[in-house]
Amino acid sequence: MAVSSAGSGGRRGSSMRLSLNDPTFRAIFWQIAVIGGFVLIVWWLISNTLHNLEVRAIATGWNFLSREAGFAIGESIIPFEPENTYSRALLVGILNTLRVSIIGIVLATILGTFVGIGRLSKNWLVSRICSVYVEFMRNLPLLVQLFFWWAMFQDAFPGPRQALQPVPGVFFSNRGIKIPIPAEHWVHGWMAAACIVGIVAGVFVRRWARARQATTGQQFPVFWASVGLALGLPFVVWLFGGAPVAMDWPALRGFNFQGGLTLTPEYAALLVGLVTYTGGFIAEIVRAGILAVPHGQTEAAAALGLRKGPMLQLVILPQALRVIIPPMTSQFLNLTKNSSLAVAIGYPDLVSIANTTLNQTGQAIEGIAVIMGAYLTVSLSISVFMNWYNKRIAFKER
Amino acid sequence: MKTLASIFATAVAAVALAVPAHAQQLAPSPTIDAIKARGFVQCGANGTVAGFGLPNAQGVWSGLDVDVCRAVAAAVLGDASKVRYTALTAQQRFTALQSGEVDLLVRNTTWTLSRDVSLGLTFTGVNFYDGQGFIVKKSAGIKSAKELDGATICVQPGTTTELNLADYFRANKLKFTPVVIERLEENIAAYLAGRCDSFTTDVSGLASIRASNVPVPADHVILPEVISKEPLGPSVRKGDQRWADVVRWTFYAMLDAEELGLTSANIDSMLSSTNPAIQRFVGATGGFGAMMGLDNKWSYNIIKQVGNYAESYQRNIVPLGIERGVNRLWTQGGLMYNPPIR
Repeated sequence: MAVSSAGSGGRRGSSMRLSLNDPTFRAIFWQIAVIGGFVLIVWWLISNTLHNLEVRAIATGWNFLSREAGFAIGESIIPFEPENTYSRALLVGILNTLRVSIIGIVLATILGTFVGIGRLSKNWLVSRICSVYVEFMRNLPLLVQLFFWWAMFQDAFPGPRQALQPVPGVFFSNRGIKIPIPAEHWVHGWMAAACIVGIVAGVFVRRWARARQATTGQQFPVFWASVGLALGLPFVVWLFGGAPVAMDWPALRGFNFQGGLTLTPEYAALLVGLVTYTGGFIAEIVRAGILAVPHGQTEAAAALGLRKGPMLQLVILPQALRVIIPPMTSQFLNLTKNSSLAVAIGYPDLVSIANTTLNQTGQAIEGIAVIMGAYLTVSLSISVFMNWYNKRIAFKER
Repeated sequence: MKTLASIFATAVAAVALAVPAHAQQLAPSPTIDAIKARGFVQCGANGTVAGFGLPNAQGVWSGLDVDVCRAVAAAVLGDASKVRYTALTAQQRFTALQSGEVDLLVRNTTWTLSRDVSLGLTFTGVNFYDGQGFIVKKSAGIKSAKELDGATICVQPGTTTELNLADYFRANKLKFTPVVIERLEENIAAYLAGRCDSFTTDVSGLASIRASNVPVPADHVILPEVISKEPLGPSVRKGDQRWADVVRWTFYAMLDAEELGLTSANIDSMLSSTNPAIQRFVGATGGFGAMMGLDNKWSYNIIKQVGNYAESYQRNIVPLGIERGVNRLWTQGGLMYNPPIR
């Protein structure tokens, strides 16, 4: 109210009077008062907390970050030993959270899209199955689902000594799923670099193909060319590297399997739980997005002679995405934040490790600050990216 | 005349009361004042470990740690039943004490230097000498913790357990994979399902689990290695010295009573004992309660209502199948020793 009247005051061009009756002055006065009050409250909270901590002789500060952690972490992307520092332990936690969030977001999007489209299917059975799936997943608490999957992975598979072996080298046991991976070789780093080069080259091919189509009308199989580049270049590098075929096979030694790549029950349960749960929400968003495109658009595209594929790609999806992206962003954020339930089933995510840290050091405020800072950074990054993408695909008004 | 006499008597009484109070200069204790004002002790306890702190089906708490809470209530309020319990996880416990949510924390908590110095709390003694061990399935055929190389081990977060585990395997150059699960119930489920080869916590906790949480206790063995020192004890917030004294001497009174042979059954008949140590203990002489700002019957109330340490141990720990061991009195070759009450 104050702002709008300030605007009208400004339009009249009258000079500001130092009175609360003057709309411009009143607006500025209240804004300063609100900001000042806010700053005061924050200052009071911080100084009060610091004072209380001091009175109660509780250590504060960030020195603990460089101290030896002393505890072990079950799974980690980067090497971690108990003699490493707390800051490295927290980094392991952040990476573990990202590992489950990023893969979870990709899988949940794929699953949700299929289920969402499936719910619109004319096939009675398919649409019913998808409906039941969505209602089931959306209406059960995530924590319950996580416990369910966790118990499933634990109880459904035998112990490591009786592990199932569906194909040679792949083992299913209650210690997780073990698969062989190529043994370490210097060429792998170069292959990864080649893959990135291939993807970047794919982007340029796409630009070139568009420009060519605009001038000559000729089309180019951009998709297959990009796939070829992203996979072909690493393959060529692999050949140049001497085509190493040695594999790191998992083998039962002592209590457990050694070697190979492990998908632990905790990670699997968390990933499956998050993907199936969030997938249910994404399915509804996708369905809503597709239904939001008027049927006339499909008919118009058909009248122009477009085939089913291009019709979906060029007419339906671009319009549906505009509706889908904003709520989808929330689901991606939800998935990331929900990964913090990991501690309940023993996956060492950021919250789990930060909890251990704050318990060993007793510095709860710093520990919680690390958790909040990390989630805020990840969530805001996702937000920024999705908002950028949303702007890019938004309807351009000319 | 009557009024004059009563005024005189009041004046004498006032002087008599004021002099010792003045002489002792009783330190202010906001915690004790708050407890007296609200009429009960708020005690942070475990809630999941039988023998230490566990409510039964009727919601009545019992355990060795719970008995310390009850003894403190008996000492301060004269009634052991005036306790309310807050069930705390390993992670919540220190914050609960620091923030004043509970008056004291008796939740099988290990006394360590860093906790004593940097967490803003004071440990007042050791009510159970424990050590960390491992439980494994008998079918695994393991006889020693040294054979656990490569094992997957379930452990609860936020405890010294997690650190000792890493230390032990580092020191013995063994490898292991931890699975850190927040709640005890899920840890036991993971161990029973075979997700973990072993579960580790204090030996007393393992005995409690073996006795009450597994289907067939005989299928599980606790390995002989005790890999750490775990002196478990009550703690209070720093900065309230008189309250810390009361909690400390409450537990010592339970030890002292055992040493003097005072039990909940015989303490009434001992009130007339001529043994000077017993006279001091039951409050007939010495005025030790008043020194702490308590009733002189404080220790009598503890023993009458809660019992001595041996009674508490017999009631709570022996059913788990744990012998007194190092928790015997020093006179019987154990570690339990209290400074004299005099």
